[in-house]
Amino acid sequence: MTGPAAVPVEDLETLIACPQCDALYHAHAPAKGETAKCLRCHTVLISPKNRAGMTIIMLSIAIMVLILGALWFPFLQISQSGFRNSASLVDAALAFSDGPLVVLSITVLALIVLIPLLRVMLLLYVLWPVVFDRPPADHARAAFRWSETLRPWSMAEIFALGCAVSLVKVANLARIDFGPAFWMFASVVVIIVIQDRFMCRWSVWNSIDPRHSR
Amino acid sequence: MATLAHIPTAREKGLVSCRRCTRVWPIAQSVCPRCDASLISRDKHSLSRVWAWWMAGVLFYIPANLYPMLTTKTLLYTSEATIVGGAVELIHHGSVGIALIILIASVLIPVAKFFSIAYLALSVRRGDPSTSHSRHLLYEMVEYVGRWSMIDVFVVAILSSLVQLSVAASITPGLASLSFALSVIFTMLSAQAFDSRMLWDRIDPDHTARDNVPQVESTP
Ligand SMILES: [Zn+2]
Ligand SMILES: [Zn+2]
Repeated sequence: MTGPAAVPVEDLETLIACPQCDALYHAHAPAKGETAKCLRCHTVLISPKNRAGMTIIMLSIAIMVLILGALWFPFLQISQSGFRNSASLVDAALAFSDGPLVVLSITVLALIVLIPLLRVMLLLYVLWPVVFDRPPADHARAAFRWSETLRPWSMAEIFALGCAVSLVKVANLARIDFGPAFWMFASVVVIIVIQDRFMCRWSVWNSIDPRHSR
Repeated sequence: MATLAHIPTAREKGLVSCRRCTRVWPIAQSVCPRCDASLISRDKHSLSRVWAWWMAGVLFYIPANLYPMLTTKTLLYTSEATIVGGAVELIHHGSVGIALIILIASVLIPVAKFFSIAYLALSVRRGDPSTSHSRHLLYEMVEYVGRWSMIDVFVVAILSSLVQLSVAASITPGLASLSFALSVIFTMLSAQAFDSRMLWDRIDPDHTARDNVPQVESTP
């Protein structure tokens, strides 16, 4: 342990610590479009973007609509010697239907549909009041915490690559075509990547900080 | 510009940092007033959680390789393929690229992850600052790449729902898919339980208490 704190308590608000390596910095918001990274481990600390809140809200709505739409259209279509079949996202998630594999069905459904959906809904709940100059929502902080916790468990992009692999894997067995839902899902993946680039966690936490806003 | 060696940590300054919202508080604070996350300067129990999840991950990885991942039925034959068996079959059919993706995602990455997490967890005891950088890089890779192992489970799900062509061809999932998915999830939890800030702790913190706190530097 170290001795007494070298930094006076009232100055703590101006400090920021890297969540990955605990390096301590004096925080100041960089100009819009600039990025402040940890000098030691290069974790992005602050990266404010122009009109980030509005952009994230629009992209969230787009993601929600696309995922909900993708649920009902066929994902992949297969045909071989007169037999045809098509699978939707729900079919794929519910493929593990017998015995202990049901657990897996629920997990897959959660990873590729429920968690991505839940995340954008939480983001909308947090950012909507902020962008429209209202006081933060009642449980904004819990909601944003959850959306951050769920981030690694949102696996839409992995599922999309899985589709491509499946396609090649049964190419010698039958003919496979991408259905409309595949393209919807592929665009969800791209939008999620863009949305993440607009997300500055430091700015969001500042905007819903109870002592900042009221 | 601050040199890398001289950036003090929040802990060395007698502070505790919030890993969720990056705000800093006096070390006695136990809950972050800004985001309600619980504050722990260095999580002493983190390593035992890492090892517990790690063990679960390794344990479930064994049946994942012994049982069939999927069963393919066609007019001519019925075949059950394990992870490695399926990849070998793909190579026979000439799809070397896809076989490689499957082998990397389902064999190379999981095994490398087991070794990496074990190495990282063991390494924090010695706390050699000269390797902090490379160990942190390894940790980030484990965190980033780990999720991609799930791809094989998704492929099994897609194939089993798609290839249902009555007698002509059908594919059903095997028990390995469940234990493989669990292994991936447990290993992800193991990596998440690891407190990466421990990789940067030096054995002689008194030495650094006087270092100045640098400004954040921003680049376009
Ligand atoms: Zn850092
Ligand atoms: Zn916090």
